[in-house]
Amino acid sequence: MDDGYASLMPANAYNWIAVWRRNFLGWRKVALASLLGNLADPITNLLGLGFGLGLIVGRVEGTSYIAFLAAGMVAISAMTSATFETLYAAFARMGVKRTWEGILFTQLTLGDIVLGELVWAASKSVLAGTAIGIVAAALGYASWTSILCAIPTVALTGLVFASLAMVVISLAPTYDYFVFYQSLVLTPMVFLCGAVFPTSQLPDSFQHFAGLLPLAHSVDLIRPTMLERGADSAALHVGALCVYAVLPFFASTALFRRRLLR
Amino acid sequence: MNMSTVAIDLADVKKSFGDKLIVNDLSFSVARGECFGLLGPNGAGKSTIARMLLGMISPDGGKITVLDEPVPSRARAARVRVGVVPQFDNLELEFTVRENLLVFGRYFGMSARRIEAVAPALLEFARLESKADVRVSELSGGMKRRLTLARALINDPDLLVMDEPTTGLDPHARHLIWERLRALLARGKTILLTTHFMEEAERLCDRLCVLESGCKIAEGKPDALIDEHIGCNVIEIYGGDLNQLRELIRPYARHIEVSGETLFCYARYPEQVRVHLRGQANLRVLQRPPNLEDVFLRLTGREMEK
Repeated sequence: MDDGYASLMPANAYNWIAVWRRNFLGWRKVALASLLGNLADPITNLLGLGFGLGLIVGRVEGTSYIAFLAAGMVAISAMTSATFETLYAAFARMGVKRTWEGILFTQLTLGDIVLGELVWAASKSVLAGTAIGIVAAALGYASWTSILCAIPTVALTGLVFASLAMVVISLAPTYDYFVFYQSLVLTPMVFLCGAVFPTSQLPDSFQHFAGLLPLAHSVDLIRPTMLERGADSAALHVGALCVYAVLPFFASTALFRRRLLR
Repeated sequence: MNMSTVAIDLADVKKSFGDKLIVNDLSFSVARGECFGLLGPNGAGKSTIARMLLGMISPDGGKITVLDEPVPSRARAARVRVGVVPQFDNLELEFTVRENLLVFGRYFGMSARRIEAVAPALLEFARLESKADVRVSELSGGMKRRLTLARALINDPDLLVMDEPTTGLDPHARHLIWERLRALLARGKTILLTTHFMEEAERLCDRLCVLESGCKIAEGKPDALIDEHIGCNVIEIYGGDLNQLRELIRPYARHIEVSGETLFCYARYPEQVRVHLRGQANLRVLQRPPNLEDVFLRLTGREMEK
């Protein structure tokens, strides 16, 4: 890469914090509405599907369906909250609101901004994932300590999906294009990655394909943690998630340069 | 010029977007403490030049130096000492005036304590003391511009880059901005501003560069440019048959331009022209001193804001 690309990268280890704090200040003003809006959906899904389907399904992988689903819902809500924060809020800050333009007038680089946005979106994932975990724990389907132990994976899941969504917003001309990503990428992932039913129900070829998807790695870490079982090949899952978080960061930063700095 | 006394130096800068040449072999220097204007119609390349100075666009050729830092390679170091007022406000509308300063100061690595220490003076400078805790979305256009100016000063910059700082403002708000900019110049700040307002350029700029289609067509002090290119009185004539009028007054005019429905007559002795216009029905005749608008018209054959 040329010098130009290097100059896009985060200038130091802490510049991104100013971007994170800007977003936190904005969020604080609408925190209550934002919390209710973001949490109502996954909690309704958890309770509705968990109790409703749970009656029909019975036990899954040696536990009640709702306990099985709770772990999946934690992963799904981490995925969706980071995705939506990036697709809609960060896209607005990059585009119509001109927030990024203002930041680029200062000593921050594009990489500082993207990193700040990623960590911010991951913070919202932690909030959403933890809230589902708290509901599950309060209902007795997971232990309180297991929720604490799941938080690092939830944060990593948030980083992954914020990073992937960053690539989408660096390419999408308008909001209208996000629906392709949501319906062609995210929704299939929910059903392929073992979040709502075990992947063993899928044909072999689907299982192999699903094993490559980031949500599968996330579910395979979060579920054993919440059910207090040992996770198989944890290092592999963590490594795969790190790759999914880091590569799109570099790709989206390069793409934003083409979009914003020319 | 000695580099330490030069705030901005452009040498043979070129920039194209696709096949379209936006900036063509442009060179100019801005001395420290000077107010330098880039004057030209929309599409002349002014905003592209401003963005190149900030390192947000890389030139295709040529050399740019801002506050002794080569740009774009060390643009980040230069930006630490530059304040920017963009053409379109990018304030945080949901935040209060004070929060806007806080958030922006943090981007420069300033501590909350330091930002709080400088904020009162900035708010006073922008005449926004009473609005400190008001949300920006509730401010008028003029107040938003003044806040953008205050925000651009948070890092105590040596150089201000202002892209069309008063476009879209009413005359009162515009005059207040001009007065504030003069106060900044008095403090020794350097200002580079782009504008398509002749009056703004004439009132504020020590020197200016007139641009058309990315090319420099004139450079100098406003008075000197007017003297050099016009140097006589101007009579604007509206109504009537312009071709017939042109023939009528041609012997008494140094130069004549027609733009739209207006005939511009440049004459050393305007009375001679006026005498010959007497008796022509439905004519509106306005005599005035020459300005930069006339310079632009003379150099390009067309008016600036048309």
